[in-house]
Amino acid sequence: MSKLFSAENREALTGPLNLNNPVTVQVLGICSALAVTSQLAPAIVMGLSVTVITAFANVIISLLRNTIPNRIRIIVQLVVVAALVTIVSQLLKAFVYDVSVQLSVYVGLIITNCILMGRLEAFAMQSAPWPSFLDGIGNGLGYAWVLVAVGFVRELFGFGTLLGFQIVPQALYDMGYMNNGMMVMPAMSLIIVGCVIWAHRSLNKEA
Amino acid sequence: MNPIKKLFDNIRPHVEEGGKFHAFRSLVDGFETFAFVPNTTSRVGSVNIHDAIDSKRIMSFVVIALIPALLFGMYNVGYQNAVAAGGDTSDICALFLYGLLAVLPKLAVSYIVGLGIEFVVAQWKNEEIQEGFLVSGIIIPMIVPVNTPLWALALAVAFSVVFAKEIFGGTGMNIFNVALITRAFLFFSYPSKMTGDDSVWVAQEQICGLGYNVPDTFTAATPLGDAAVGTAMADPMAAIYGLIPGSIGETSVIAIALGAILLLWTGVASWKIMVSVFAGGALMGYLLQGVAGNPLEWWHQLVVGGFAFGAVFMATDPVTSARTECGKWVYGFLIGVVAVLVRVLNPGYPEGMMLAILLMNLFAPLIDYCVVQRNINKRAKRAK
Repeated sequence: MSKLFSAENREALTGPLNLNNPVTVQVLGICSALAVTSQLAPAIVMGLSVTVITAFANVIISLLRNTIPNRIRIIVQLVVVAALVTIVSQLLKAFVYDVSVQLSVYVGLIITNCILMGRLEAFAMQSAPWPSFLDGIGNGLGYAWVLVAVGFVRELFGFGTLLGFQIVPQALYDMGYMNNGMMVMPAMSLIIVGCVIWAHRSLNKEA
Repeated sequence: MNPIKKLFDNIRPHVEEGGKFHAFRSLVDGFETFAFVPNTTSRVGSVNIHDAIDSKRIMSFVVIALIPALLFGMYNVGYQNAVAAGGDTSDICALFLYGLLAVLPKLAVSYIVGLGIEFVVAQWKNEEIQEGFLVSGIIIPMIVPVNTPLWALALAVAFSVVFAKEIFGGTGMNIFNVALITRAFLFFSYPSKMTGDDSVWVAQEQICGLGYNVPDTFTAATPLGDAAVGTAMADPMAAIYGLIPGSIGETSVIAIALGAILLLWTGVASWKIMVSVFAGGALMGYLLQGVAGNPLEWWHQLVVGGFAFGAVFMATDPVTSARTECGKWVYGFLIGVVAVLVRVLNPGYPEGMMLAILLMNLFAPLIDYCVVQRNINKRAKRAK
């Protein structure tokens, strides 16, 4: 057990959450962070989907890493990722159809998510399955918390709701408060992602 | 000795490093340099020559130039309110007072929020207070509808000062016109309060017993709102006087022209940009009237909405416009063209001046780059 969570493995899991965050530090996966965060529910589902796909793609590629010919490794990686994305996409359609409609093409586009290819190339191709799995979970969650943070702000100020429940009281609307239409637009989510990066870098000078 | 000067001299020791009120250094500094030209000169050995007109003095000229449009805007707010309620429009003083009371809170909110952020940032970074907001603060209330909620205005000003100005490095470093970003934020965030014809443009309620309560069913369309649904302008002369519904300071071409004369006479604003904005707008208005069958005549485009105000006060912003002399022609011309294009061809936006200026703000550095490169190439060819 102690070996499973050695310092190195812990670093693979927790590093991406903070100091090596794929979104705020490496600035990867921005397109989907802008596209699916107008509400909280799709942001959470998207974050979890990417976490699951990254983790299992990492494991599978890590298992195959010694048999993959170097010259066709990208194709092999893509096939693995595409298979996983298809599975996740079907699961979403089966169990959370509404959210999957909201996410529309962006589930399919996880295939092209830079974070995935980056982890496969940079980590899974050189590491054993267990650390790869932790690395995939860590990076997925690191991506997910940024999405959730952005989705939280955008849904709260753009719709006055969280996960579909009314949060901003009617009394406030009666006093003249209005939902901010710009929060719903992708332009504002870019600014919010920028603010998250700003805050993150101010808090972590070494990042 | 001048008593104001004496006052500043008395205060200064308290706000210096180590003084009791050091936290207010930037505040005192800001007011002092606004009241008096700083008595600092170039360091020894430098060959720079300073004009006595520093940027705070230039800003003051712009503020003075804006005053006719602001005062007329206040009168027009009262006038529109009285007309909408079917009331008495003969008492100019009462109409003006009503408008003053309606506009003053917006002016106050704009300055308090904007300057507040500027002072905090200047204190925090230990820099001299920057004067840029002096002009933005008076322009902002003039380019919004009179019924803009104060909290939304405060939010928009804060957003724009932080994200359009401070993160780029403060006054003089901003890519986009700060006042227009404020308006754009309001426009996209709270469209129901910024556009359309349902009771946005005319003050609805009595203030301190002045003015009239306008019935809820009242709607007032701007000439541009009418044009968007295919109606020709009823009375073009009203748009020149400015007795039409619209954003507070933008309606009267005559009042804006007074400001323009001052700006051009003092050389603060570029006449090239002003002329070329009108040229671009006129050309595009003429083409669209002929080709697309737009109900507005070509010169109507230049007098309605924010066109004249934008051309005189916002396109000529020295920070965000093109800086090369040749580039100014291109920059201004394209603003005019894009503004009329957006107005006529985009059914969603009856007014295009804001979007046109912001778009060309973005392209101004590219225009400058091309002009400079062309000159370099020309001279390189000559050298061969």
